[in-house]
Amino acid sequence: MKDKKKNIKPPFDSAKEPLLRVEGLIKTYGTDIHALDGVSVNINKGEVVVILGPSGSGKSTFLRSLNLLESPTDGHIYFEGIDITAPHVNINTHRKKMGMVFQHFNLFPHMTVLKNMTLAPMKLLKISKAEAEKTAIELLERVGLADRANAYPSQLSGGQKQRIAIVRALCMHPDVMLFDEPTSALDPEMINEVLNVMSDLAKSGMTMVVVTHEMGFAKEAATRVIFMDHGKMIEENTPDAFFSNPKTERCREFLNSIIL
Amino acid sequence: MLNLQTLSIQRDIYSTFIKESRWKYLLDGLGNTLVITLFAAIIGIILGFIVAVIRSSADKLKKQDNYKSFFGYIKARCSKTEGVKRISIGRLVFYLADAVCKLYLIIIRGTPVLVQLLILNFWLLVGISEYKLLIAIIAFGVNSGAYVAEIVRAGIMSIDHGQEEAGRSLGLSFIQTMRSIILPQAFKNVLPALCNEAIVLLKETSIAGYIAVLDLTKGGDIIRSLTYNPFPLFVVAAIYLIVVIVLTKLLGILERRLRSSER
Repeated sequence: MKDKKKNIKPPFDSAKEPLLRVEGLIKTYGTDIHALDGVSVNINKGEVVVILGPSGSGKSTFLRSLNLLESPTDGHIYFEGIDITAPHVNINTHRKKMGMVFQHFNLFPHMTVLKNMTLAPMKLLKISKAEAEKTAIELLERVGLADRANAYPSQLSGGQKQRIAIVRALCMHPDVMLFDEPTSALDPEMINEVLNVMSDLAKSGMTMVVVTHEMGFAKEAATRVIFMDHGKMIEENTPDAFFSNPKTERCREFLNSIIL
Repeated sequence: MLNLQTLSIQRDIYSTFIKESRWKYLLDGLGNTLVITLFAAIIGIILGFIVAVIRSSADKLKKQDNYKSFFGYIKARCSKTEGVKRISIGRLVFYLADAVCKLYLIIIRGTPVLVQLLILNFWLLVGISEYKLLIAIIAFGVNSGAYVAEIVRAGIMSIDHGQEEAGRSLGLSFIQTMRSIILPQAFKNVLPALCNEAIVLLKETSIAGYIAVLDLTKGGDIIRSLTYNPFPLFVVAAIYLIVVIVLTKLLGILERRLRSSER
């Protein structure tokens, strides 16, 4: 009994410890494909980390590992001081605090926008329908979609769908938001409306980890840029330094090959 | 000539329905047929959904765990083969449940429903042999469950994987995600196939007479044996047809209603 008490961790203190601490993350498929090859990184509260890299570099796998949508082969992920890769951890309690936005939106097509947003809060945060809907409407107003509350996803444009997906995740009041190529499936003229929402979110102090190909967003909103290739982190830098004067040859190559 | 024919039809109708209140055979039979179909369908749906969820999710997990068979896994663990992932006890139990489901599917789909009905009646459920209707309900329910399971499994697999990921990423558990997100969409997709299964089930119950249940077919056949005339069988066929048409219409309305919510 005494021993157990000693093991109880003090409440998470974001000033002392990073919000997310990743140690030696490895993900292999079969025996010869190394999607992640020993990634270690700390992400502090309030940071906006943008992960760049060519396709197949493991950046999506890394992001999806953070909330264990991909189960890592080896390594540890500490979220708010707790090792969520340990066995017998109930990952659902931690996922509640990690919002995720997908490339293909993944709205629930059989539910209205409002139902999409209130489903998880009502089931998991044990709040009333009225309360959940109040939060949802407030968030919808913030992204200028309050008039679409009763629409079905099939009635929305791509940009609208992605904005709804963002606020659906925000309804759970997450401590960190993960974005997996949120603008890659959008028509060009809809990209900005989504990026604006993300920039506003960054300004409001939300901790964000963003996998994207939008260099403009990385320059403007990121506090840190991480460049990945072949499952490894090649470079970690501030956005200004990364785009003007990258440390590694591989990053220079990458920046030269893309249109800014 | 014409006169004679009308006369014979009048006589047929009289001897089939009216004489000695024979219509009661058909009415009682129809009642029993509908009762068996309804309750067997309920059992089949419940059983089918459970089996489908276990089967489809076990298939996905097995791929992740690189799990082939129970004995293969135990053997590999005991001989300490390199690179074998540890699997928790709970998951192993789940895989065993999956194996039971597979066995259920192969036995039920691999043997005729009539043989299953007879085995249930004369061996497995011989203790309750006075409740013939119950035996028929169980037999047809368990049989239908196997077919429903595969229909629903196809429906679950038709739903984009991103739906499950979205649900789980919000913190919903596997069961919550299934119930609120995957199954409602899967159900909508497989409704036409389920309607098909309901029709097959209704007509399959016509063999309940083998264990002395007075169903619609049996009722018609009793009248045939009394009248020495095939006319009652045509009446039976017409009643089945009408029930199937009504059933199809009702399920069509349900399908339209579910679809309309999307647009």
